[in-house]
Amino acid sequence: MIQLENLTKYYGETHAVDSVSFEIPLGQIVGFLGPNGAGKTTTMRMLTGYLTPTSGTAKVLGLDIIENSLEVRKKIGYLPEMNPVYDDMTIPEYLEFVAEIRNIEKEKVTARIKEVVALCGLKDVIQKNIGELSRGYKQRVGFAAAIFHNPEVLILDEPTSGLDPNQARDVRELIKELKKEKTVILSTHILSEVQAICDRVLIINKGRIVADGTTKELASMVQGKELVHLEIKTTEDEKSVEEKLKSIPGCETAVSKGARDGKLGFEIGAAVDPREEIFNLAVKNKWTLVEMHKQSVTLEEIFRQLTSQ
Amino acid sequence: MKNILIVFKKELRTYFNSPIAYVVITLFLLLCGYFFIVPLFVVGQASVRHVMDLFPLLSLFFVPAITMRLLSEEMKSGTIELLYTMPMKEEEIIIGKYLSGAALFGMCVVATVFYPIMLSLIGKVDWGQAMGSYVGAILLGCMFSAAGIFSSSITKNQIISFITGFVICFIFFIIGQTVPFLPPFLAKTVSFIGVTSHIENFNRGVIDSRDIMYFLSVSAFFLYCTLAVMKTKK
Repeated sequence: MIQLENLTKYYGETHAVDSVSFEIPLGQIVGFLGPNGAGKTTTMRMLTGYLTPTSGTAKVLGLDIIENSLEVRKKIGYLPEMNPVYDDMTIPEYLEFVAEIRNIEKEKVTARIKEVVALCGLKDVIQKNIGELSRGYKQRVGFAAAIFHNPEVLILDEPTSGLDPNQARDVRELIKELKKEKTVILSTHILSEVQAICDRVLIINKGRIVADGTTKELASMVQGKELVHLEIKTTEDEKSVEEKLKSIPGCETAVSKGARDGKLGFEIGAAVDPREEIFNLAVKNKWTLVEMHKQSVTLEEIFRQLTSQ
Repeated sequence: MKNILIVFKKELRTYFNSPIAYVVITLFLLLCGYFFIVPLFVVGQASVRHVMDLFPLLSLFFVPAITMRLLSEEMKSGTIELLYTMPMKEEEIIIGKYLSGAALFGMCVVATVFYPIMLSLIGKVDWGQAMGSYVGAILLGCMFSAAGIFSSSITKNQIISFITGFVICFIFFIIGQTVPFLPPFLAKTVSFIGVTSHIENFNRGVIDSRDIMYFLSVSAFFLYCTLAVMKTKK
């Protein structure tokens, strides 16, 4: 359980994070979205104890992040932005160092290293210096270190940035795998990723939370009309079809997309779902309905509307 | 306490995983070797005094070079974030790093114990004086390391860190040399602030608690400053 209460961080005059409050129950995966410089990283850094908040506080598993900073850090696994690594260590050396700091019993260290290395797919590069690894493998090393002590809370700052699509999918699978017993906060710019793995989305802009909910809830938040794409085969001319479409109750716009292969394309905007009416109209006029689909509001659209103000 | 040891081990490993430790030790021994060999063979004098006199000057360059990376490198590469988000106090990180720098310089110094041992085979060595000199050199290394880690905490840039560290150490080194030109009421204070008067005592074989306290308290002062700098960055 993570609770933020009016968490605030100023850098001089800039309000990097401005009185942010939210709660995350156990076992939830939360996607943290926002344009660059919105305050995602700063919020995560405060939770992990890297930065001290200017005011406000937060509790991780009931422990205050300022008063019980060390205890909180024990419970959190953290993958920082840009994934800094110690270039001149080998993977086992680095993981042993992590094990020592995380106070893991000596007998269990070797077994745990094996386990984590297998989980993160690092077997092939195990004896190389971390500095020699490619970006994707470095990311996995960072990930291995973050989950090494089996933390209850995982905070991942852009875990898939710089990875190729296959690696990104592997990381997503890994997060899903871990989901069963952990609370995860992850920030990302890849919106499809959020849709794929997150139970909940938080959108932050200029240091403030502007949206909070599941992707479906967010979609309904964004005002807009239903958009329907339509293709019709008919002998009638474009103008008269357009006129007829416009007569549908609730229809606001009917834009002709021109003719192609004897089919006429239209884009219809309406306040309520007009598909049934369109179908009836087509039957009445003996049009052949070749294609009709409703364009759903994407997370991209939501993100753009909420953060571009 | 345990965390200090973990950080200390990690830093020492970094020194020896990279060429830093080998280059530093080799160059240090080359320079010391020259000043040991020349009086021995050219002048025919079996003494380690020349090497001992050289230690303050050598540590002026070597210690800031060893310590310049301690915090600057981690701040530049961002790995400081890893350290700071692990369950360790800032104090433990700083002291562990400081000790590793001081230890590497200590290794350089201790490696030269070979010279008095060799001399003892062909002549008589004043072991009391030699011991004093070594204790002095190591304490001086500790103090300069503290100044070095402080200058490393104020910048991401290792070159700036080296120059700052060198200048701080140089001030402590040169200030004692100005004593003859100062009015008497200042001379005593200034000579106490500079390292020269304290090192001279050690080089005579006198291990005085006042001199030990001087080195330890200046080290503690710089370590405290380092901690203060690192805390304001959070």
